[in-house]
Amino acid sequence: MAEAFSVKRYLRDLRLPFCPGCGAFTVINAFLRAVYELGHEDLRGFVFCSGIGCSSWIPSPYFMADSIHTLHGRSIPVATGVKLMRPDLNVVVFGGDGDIVGIGLSHFVHAARRNLDVLVIMVNNMVYGMTGGQVAPTTPFKAKTTTTPYGSFEYPLDAVRLAVAAGANYAARWTTAHQNELKEAVKKALQLKGFRFIEVVSQCPTAFGRRVGFKNAWEMIKWFRENSIMLEQAKNLDEEDLATRIVVGEFVQRQRPTLTETLYATIKEAQKIGQS
Amino acid sequence: MEHVKSNVYFWQGSEACAEAAVLAGCRFFAGYPITPATGIAEHLSRRLPQVSGVAIQMEDEIASIGAVIGASWAGVKAMTATSGPGFSLMQESIGYAFITETPCVIVDVQRVGPGTGQATKCAQGDVMQSRWGTHGDYSAIVLSPNSAQEMFTLTIRAFNLAEKYRTPVILLSDEVTAHMREKVVVPPVETLEIVNRKKPKPGEKAFFGIEEVPPMPAVGEGFNVAVTGSTHDEYGIRFTSDPLVHRRLVERLNKKIQNHVDEIAEVECFNLENCEVGVVAYGCTSRAVYDVVEEARAKGLKVGYVRLKTLWPFPDEAVQKLAETASKIIVPEMNLRQIFFEVKRAVEGRAKVVPLNKIGGGELITPDELLAKILEEAEGDG
Repeated sequence: MAEAFSVKRYLRDLRLPFCPGCGAFTVINAFLRAVYELGHEDLRGFVFCSGIGCSSWIPSPYFMADSIHTLHGRSIPVATGVKLMRPDLNVVVFGGDGDIVGIGLSHFVHAARRNLDVLVIMVNNMVYGMTGGQVAPTTPFKAKTTTTPYGSFEYPLDAVRLAVAAGANYAARWTTAHQNELKEAVKKALQLKGFRFIEVVSQCPTAFGRRVGFKNAWEMIKWFRENSIMLEQAKNLDEEDLATRIVVGEFVQRQRPTLTETLYATIKEAQKIGQS
Repeated sequence: MEHVKSNVYFWQGSEACAEAAVLAGCRFFAGYPITPATGIAEHLSRRLPQVSGVAIQMEDEIASIGAVIGASWAGVKAMTATSGPGFSLMQESIGYAFITETPCVIVDVQRVGPGTGQATKCAQGDVMQSRWGTHGDYSAIVLSPNSAQEMFTLTIRAFNLAEKYRTPVILLSDEVTAHMREKVVVPPVETLEIVNRKKPKPGEKAFFGIEEVPPMPAVGEGFNVAVTGSTHDEYGIRFTSDPLVHRRLVERLNKKIQNHVDEIAEVECFNLENCEVGVVAYGCTSRAVYDVVEEARAKGLKVGYVRLKTLWPFPDEAVQKLAETASKIIVPEMNLRQIFFEVKRAVEGRAKVVPLNKIGGGELITPDELLAKILEEAEGDG
């Protein structure tokens, strides 16, 4: 491609709504750079579905593309309807941890089980950021949020391992400190089929970082970098050591038959039965 | 087999609804098992693949209506079918379909509520929910079939209205109407009126306004359509605090229905000009009225009725006409007064409106009970 990469070619001429230091900027950059490097001159052929929360604003309405900004937690069901009726389109879901594995958890598990052909990018900032910083299913144990002022008394969910267990064809976790790895994961995921899941551990300096002792976004990114551990290395650590680490890497890549493949094969069979 | 041939069938209401959906062009169904609506899901799961359509059982009713909305934006006519508890779960998404102007059909086969209630028993308790179930200001289209035949004709009409007005349409059925097996006439397919949504011309950008019912692109057609459940302008761009953008959007969403009540609100009327006692009825309950009119005539009493085939928008005009001659209007319902209040509002004191209510166990209001009420009111005039 002759033209140099610029996010602007893929965006509407609107001001992005994110706070200074928000991890969403990194995610947008990595995603669009991956799209560019795969040779897409525009976002034709993509459909973006998102729910409610800061990360759901990544595609809607900022991407110059078809986008469906759904209800809180319901991006995956809507993406299901789109993908089943338009299997030719590349359906990508953006959402936060609250949206995807809080209120929308059931849809996430079932979409992975069905191996629905969508790429889900979950921006995990460990908190409900848009509403001001409440505890999320991903908030670390003991972390202070506005609804756990004495520290969270619950343990966080590992969304990537859940996706693996449920049947996803691809699952990876990176952080905003891993821009290149993230971009490469997106590139890979966009070329695979079935349910693909990328979790991006991301900083929310506004509603989370400052309450748990980080002065700014950069400190959080630095923490991510220093405390991330590759999946292979993590295998040697015990649970206690892992509690304060972010395990990154590719957790699964496989070729289970996808939902559109099995569904449309069934439709063909039904029509054969009908004719006989 | 593309669709059923024109013929006379002996069908359950559920079958009639499912076959009508196929004829109307529905090619996507998503649902979740729930009594007494499961028959529609089962029938469409068998039928849709035969016509290259998709039927899928989702993990719950919220996912079902979500998938229906997604399929509709993929350019396909889509529907779901459920009953009270599932209808309650769908309400938030139905509101989303209103504000995003997503055509789709939701069948609610009413059963006894609230809560789990009596799952297998007939009721008419969801009338107000079908109108006001989701939050905010909106105008709903709700149709009320009273036979297997109308499960057929009103399902087609539900799709046509959804497509014409770009809005969710609710087919408010009930356990009796959906499970009852009776004669259904399927007319020749070429005689059926089938409406399809208006599509934009190349280069068009205003998919959420300017026109009363704006054109609707599908995703993947190159229009870069931005769909959002937040308040948005004509181009789908979010405006989350501007009062004018909100008023413009929501007032249009309401007007596009309210300006066309004459076309949408369908009734079956009898003896409006010449009756002493009137009946306003709908759904399974209205079936008692036909017998009663004859029996009352034999007793020398003139009875007229308005049978509501459309519940919302409410057919004010027909009910008002009934009140011009009838001094008493009986409103039989399998709930504890819902349409009763709407009739009262419409007649503005010109007739005495009398409720006749029965709930629980799926027991219908019998012709005898209705006749007794009519005679009691007529004698009351003494």
